[in-house]
Amino acid sequence: MEANAVEAKNLDLVFQTRDSPIHALSEVNLEIRRGDFISFIGPSGCGKTTLLRVIADLEKPTGGSIVVNGVSPEQARLQRAYGYVFQSPALFPWRTVEGNLKLPLEIMGIDAAERTRRAKESLKMVNLEGFEKKFPWQLSGGMQQRVSIARALTFDPELLLMDEPFGALDEIVRDQLNEHFLRLWEKNRKTVVFVTHSIPEAAYLSTRIVVMSPRPGRIIECIDSDLPPDRTLDIRETPKFLDLSHRIREGLRAGHSYD
Amino acid sequence: MIRRLRDSSLIPVSVVVAFIILIWYAGAVYLNSPVLIDRYERQKTEWNFEKLRQDAWAMERPILPAPHQILKDMNKSILQRKVTSKRSLVYHGWVTISSTLVGFGIGALLGIVLAVGIVYIPTLNRSVMPWIIASQTIPILAIAPMIIVGLGSIGLTGLFPKSIISAYLCFFPVTIGMVKGLRSPDPIHMDLMKTYCASYSHTFFKLRWPSSTPFLFASLKVSIAISLVGAIVGELPAGAQAGLGARLLTGSYYGQTIQIWSALICASILAAILVFLMIAIEKIVLKKMGGRLV
Amino acid sequence: MFSFRYTFLTFIFIIQLFFYNDWMNGNWIIILISLIPIFTSMKMVFKKNFKKNIKNSLFLSISVIFGIYILLYGVHNIGSEKAGLGLWMYLFALCVMIWEMLSSWSEIDTSLNSKLNFIINLVVPILFGISLLFLWQVLTVGLKIPHILLPSPLKIGIAFSNSIPMLWEDFQQTFLKAVLSGYFMGCFSGFIIAIMVDRIPFLQKGLLPLGNLISALPIIGIAPIMVMWFGFDWQSKAAVVVIMTFFPMLVNTITGLSVTGQIEKDLLHSYAANYWQNLILLRIPVSLPFVFNALKINSTLALIGAIVAEFFGTPIVGMGFRISAEIGRLNVDIVWATILVAAVSGSMFYALITICERSLTSWHPSIREN
Repeated sequence: MEANAVEAKNLDLVFQTRDSPIHALSEVNLEIRRGDFISFIGPSGCGKTTLLRVIADLEKPTGGSIVVNGVSPEQARLQRAYGYVFQSPALFPWRTVEGNLKLPLEIMGIDAAERTRRAKESLKMVNLEGFEKKFPWQLSGGMQQRVSIARALTFDPELLLMDEPFGALDEIVRDQLNEHFLRLWEKNRKTVVFVTHSIPEAAYLSTRIVVMSPRPGRIIECIDSDLPPDRTLDIRETPKFLDLSHRIREGLRAGHSYD
Repeated sequence: MIRRLRDSSLIPVSVVVAFIILIWYAGAVYLNSPVLIDRYERQKTEWNFEKLRQDAWAMERPILPAPHQILKDMNKSILQRKVTSKRSLVYHGWVTISSTLVGFGIGALLGIVLAVGIVYIPTLNRSVMPWIIASQTIPILAIAPMIIVGLGSIGLTGLFPKSIISAYLCFFPVTIGMVKGLRSPDPIHMDLMKTYCASYSHTFFKLRWPSSTPFLFASLKVSIAISLVGAIVGELPAGAQAGLGARLLTGSYYGQTIQIWSALICASILAAILVFLMIAIEKIVLKKMGGRLV
Repeated sequence: MFSFRYTFLTFIFIIQLFFYNDWMNGNWIIILISLIPIFTSMKMVFKKNFKKNIKNSLFLSISVIFGIYILLYGVHNIGSEKAGLGLWMYLFALCVMIWEMLSSWSEIDTSLNSKLNFIINLVVPILFGISLLFLWQVLTVGLKIPHILLPSPLKIGIAFSNSIPMLWEDFQQTFLKAVLSGYFMGCFSGFIIAIMVDRIPFLQKGLLPLGNLISALPIIGIAPIMVMWFGFDWQSKAAVVVIMTFFPMLVNTITGLSVTGQIEKDLLHSYAANYWQNLILLRIPVSLPFVFNALKINSTLALIGAIVAEFFGTPIVGMGFRISAEIGRLNVDIVWATILVAAVSGSMFYALITICERSLTSWHPSIREN
């Protein structure tokens, strides 16, 4: 087993557009250890989503190298080594919740009985038991996003890649989901790469925070979090937390994110 | 400029069209050969593939005429005949198009008026609208002969009955499209008008009518094509004398395949011109309204 | 305040009383019944708050029914001359009353009760349709409109019931043979070719504008050519239907396959799904609303195509044949009966497809809103 889930060396990504090339990522060096909960934080356009997509083999870098789970991102994708959670739930409106959960399992050729079992388990993990036969439009935004997360967990991937999954939700629901998701992660200890633009969210959830800055997208700083495990939302008012948030904010300022 | 050409559909469309023409020529040989071979055997003439190919593309009454034969006939009927002669495609085309346009104008106007009524009068909405929607499922074109004969029996012939058919056909899409369009404004905009205490006519002219423009043009494009079909079908019954539909009919009675094809191509060209005209008008109007309405 | 409309109505009703001799023929029962709508309208003059609810609408409807009965009786008993002024005034007043009745039904508040809404949405158009039929009957008989121009609904109904065997054979020939076979072949080939073309964007770019253009052309003109190629029988009509239904299906399927969202595509990419899994699990379901749009359009086109194609030549059976032949013989009521068959089969076909659509695409926002 590789010690590092992801290793990126001198990663570069330049988008060719009609007007002028966009330097989305520039000389990104990153090591993500197994079991880490790592957040990418930065303003819009800093390349955090792009970096996530490179790991997911949804974009190809134009320079440098990247290794996911010991193999190239494409290999990792073919091995179904990661689950991806998008900004919007991306549930298929013509399938029930259960049907949506079974989608990746159908593609991977898992047999029917096993599919049903796993779908049920995943729903339990996100506290949505009983909603199997509902359609996505019958659920609230928060519940839909929970189903989306459950779907990423059904095939038990090593790596979870999440692109601002709670960004479209209101703050109260977001808080609840943050706490809920942290509990879940503590149980299964997957490697999570989490993109956010919310400082409290990054500080609350992560073991490591990667601060990025735009034009061109690069890593300013990696901050290790020393918050205690089994933390609740109340920790957000402790000095340790505020200190961490302060360090993140300083990192963002250093990267000219507030200019 | 080259990139625009590459991105546009011009090259793929031309390639597909060229391919279709090639298949057409091949098909002409394939479909005409049984008759030709039969003729050769009866006349005991020698033939090889080359002769077969050349003859297939030059038959007088082919099963499938070659494109250049059709073009030649069209050229003859359009450019080399006097415009007023009964054999000129321009004359027939004019007959068809005039009833198309008259019918289209009447039908579109009535459709718009009825749509306004449906949107503003709840009674009309609940009693008439379901019938208008149901009429989409009825093959109205089948009534065409009856209208022609019926009106003919009271002395109305020529342009008027045919334009009634065209009007009837394009009335329904226009009504449905306009009702959708007049009801399409954002609720937020309607609220805004309310805060201004706008009257019914203000709301209509300043909000509902402009926002229904895309819907209106969508149905006008469909309607004008349908009006043309209506005019052509209206020329079929009662041994009609003039118009592209009549030309199709006489061609089929006398086995003049090339005549049928040239009338058909001519009708298609007319349809394309009318639709493109509509698209051009739409572009001009939309430009005046700022370019994008959604 | 007096209701202006009902005052006007009563006024008309009373004036027409002076013309009784024209059409009442001194039959006392009839005269009494004919007074019912008059009393209703007089009552309405003084009603201040006419609540639009079911009870009042029924009240209006019943008096309208009596009025209709009277007029039908009157119009059928006036002998060989056109109807007189009295009848027309009564008809005019009754029409205004019918409008009031429809208004009353339409404006019933059903925003809180969806079942009631459904019932009212059925009742009002049906009442409207019946009123239209009634008006048709009275006008054709009363104005002595020539049979050739417009026969009365009664005559059409009689012609229909007298010719059911013949109409059934026509239906079989046109609908069951030509329309259905052409429809399925045309839609199926349009769908399959769109899927085949899906992997080749170059072909798509070429076919989509062409398909749109051809859909606008008078393809029905190809009917005489099909008759030449496939003979007089139903096969040539099916060929016309195939061509007419192919292009809308092709265009709509290609469009439907192209509207898949990027996020959903990325999702399946992350599952390492292959092309066929992608197609069957994602892109075809997304394209279903478009496919059904084409299926519905094609249902009407198929019927029109088959019938009009028969105008160009057909053996002595078929709906289009029946229409053109009986027109020549001036048997207009059989023509109308055939049109009735065409209308009913067209709407049934469309309704069937809509039912399929609702069950298969119930998830789509446009269906949900209804």
